[in-house]
Amino acid sequence: MGRRIRDTLPLLPFLALVTIFLIVPTVTVIFSAFFADGVFSLERITALFSDTALAALWKSVLLSGSTAIIGAVLGAVLAWLIVSSPPTSVVRRAVISLCSVLAQFGGVALAFAFLATIGLNGVLTLWVQQVFGWNLAGSGWLYSLTGLIVVYTYFQIPLMVIVFVPALEGLREQWREAAVSLGASRVQYFREVAAPLLTPAFLGSALLLFANAFAAYATAAALVSQGSPILPLLIRAALTSEVVLGQSGFAYALALEMIVVVAVVMVAYNLLVRRTARWLK
Amino acid sequence: MNRTSLGGKLLRGVLWVAFGLFFLFPLYAMADFSTRNLLKGGRTLQAWKNLVQDDALYQAIVISLLLAVFTVVLMLVILVPTMIWVRLRAPWAKGVIEFLCLLPLTIPALVIVVGLRNVYLWVAYFLGESALTLTFVYVVLVLPFAYRALDGALSAIDLKTLSEAARSLGAGWFATIARVVVPNIWSGILSAAFISIAVVLGEYTIASLSGFQTLQVQIVLIGKADGPTSVAASLAVLVFGFVLLLVLALLTRGRRRTGAIDAAVPAPTTATQSGVPT
Repeated sequence: MGRRIRDTLPLLPFLALVTIFLIVPTVTVIFSAFFADGVFSLERITALFSDTALAALWKSVLLSGSTAIIGAVLGAVLAWLIVSSPPTSVVRRAVISLCSVLAQFGGVALAFAFLATIGLNGVLTLWVQQVFGWNLAGSGWLYSLTGLIVVYTYFQIPLMVIVFVPALEGLREQWREAAVSLGASRVQYFREVAAPLLTPAFLGSALLLFANAFAAYATAAALVSQGSPILPLLIRAALTSEVVLGQSGFAYALALEMIVVVAVVMVAYNLLVRRTARWLK
Repeated sequence: MNRTSLGGKLLRGVLWVAFGLFFLFPLYAMADFSTRNLLKGGRTLQAWKNLVQDDALYQAIVISLLLAVFTVVLMLVILVPTMIWVRLRAPWAKGVIEFLCLLPLTIPALVIVVGLRNVYLWVAYFLGESALTLTFVYVVLVLPFAYRALDGALSAIDLKTLSEAARSLGAGWFATIARVVVPNIWSGILSAAFISIAVVLGEYTIASLSGFQTLQVQIVLIGKADGPTSVAASLAVLVFGFVLLLVLALLTRGRRRTGAIDAAVPAPTTATQSGVPT
């Protein structure tokens, strides 16, 4: 027993850091969603069912869902293109590195990338204006839900590539050879061998993309400076002006809502990937 | 893939071009936009010069770079000994440590910042109100990436034999870790460090909602008045991150999967920990 305590001591700095800066904030959110000034109250939770909050949740689900589907399909195609190129080529490494940057470290920069492309004075906007006479940036759609869908796709596809390439690499050449030597055509091989093996990985990745878009904040915040069409931006509004909706502490309830949605999706993701892991090792 | 027909090749070519345009055109547009002279027409490098000349922006860049350095140092100082210790002396804690390290993937940064207010009242009370205090919460943010990178490197060596050899020759724990183990897992440490730098330089959520003027916060602020400068700074960060990860990928050449990618994939624990990386 004494030895066990002594062996635990070196872990304390790590445990302290994680407790203070991860566990405490999370518990604070969950606790404060139900307790206002130390008194149990469902006021903040019921505020989640106000029209504003429900509209934001619905738009967030719409945004995450649509970009997860688009990202998963197009990302799977791009992943296939990458996997069928030679594994040691510099081009391949460069593409993967670019995907990694765009998928995970882009944030604010991606908003400005699209402002520079299809914003009011964007490069593509001006070209199209000159050549075709259309106004590409008309009515400011880039700042609406449609615009967010386009911009989010720009980081969802690369994320799909990063998650899906290992699954594609797990498909063994021997399985294809076995199928072909038994007389399968390419379509048959795809439909009877590859697709069933890859389906859990594909669905799991789509779920991951959904959670990723649902929790993303930086890109939307940089693009949409006013108004709060989606859940993360409503949290910003609730945080920066305590009186929004006449409800202090509303941010806690919204944050709890976000935890719940992301957690449910991630659990489903883990179940699916565990199924994949059995085969694609 | 040598049986590919002409049609297949054509399809593949068209797809590469389409994806290439979609991903590279916005980057090209950023370069074009940031060098455009809005007043007189033609080209100017003023937006790029602003990265150093604009005081607020330059300060923010310095702060973000310092934050990146501090985060990497604190992350390594805390995580490397912890992970080694868990493998050698406290294997029963491995599950807990792994769970905690991967937890930030499930708890969004936005949620952390909502619950962080009280914690930062205390941090400000003890350490003052510096943007550099963000280091602590940034270490938490980079944990999943760093854990994956280090875990892969540690699985690839025979840690027990190495440390027992060092200890039986009279080395203390500090010497064992610093002079025997660390040189053997440098690729993992490099991956963890590079990815952490990229995360910190790109972080906006926590900094902006805590009211600290880091690089990304400043970029958004400037963007309201001076688009080209913001676009230049954004492109600079993206290119820097890309170069960082590409160098990493080329350095770890020969391994089938690079640390950057392994570390980046939030796969569940069971899929990643068993087996030695090939």
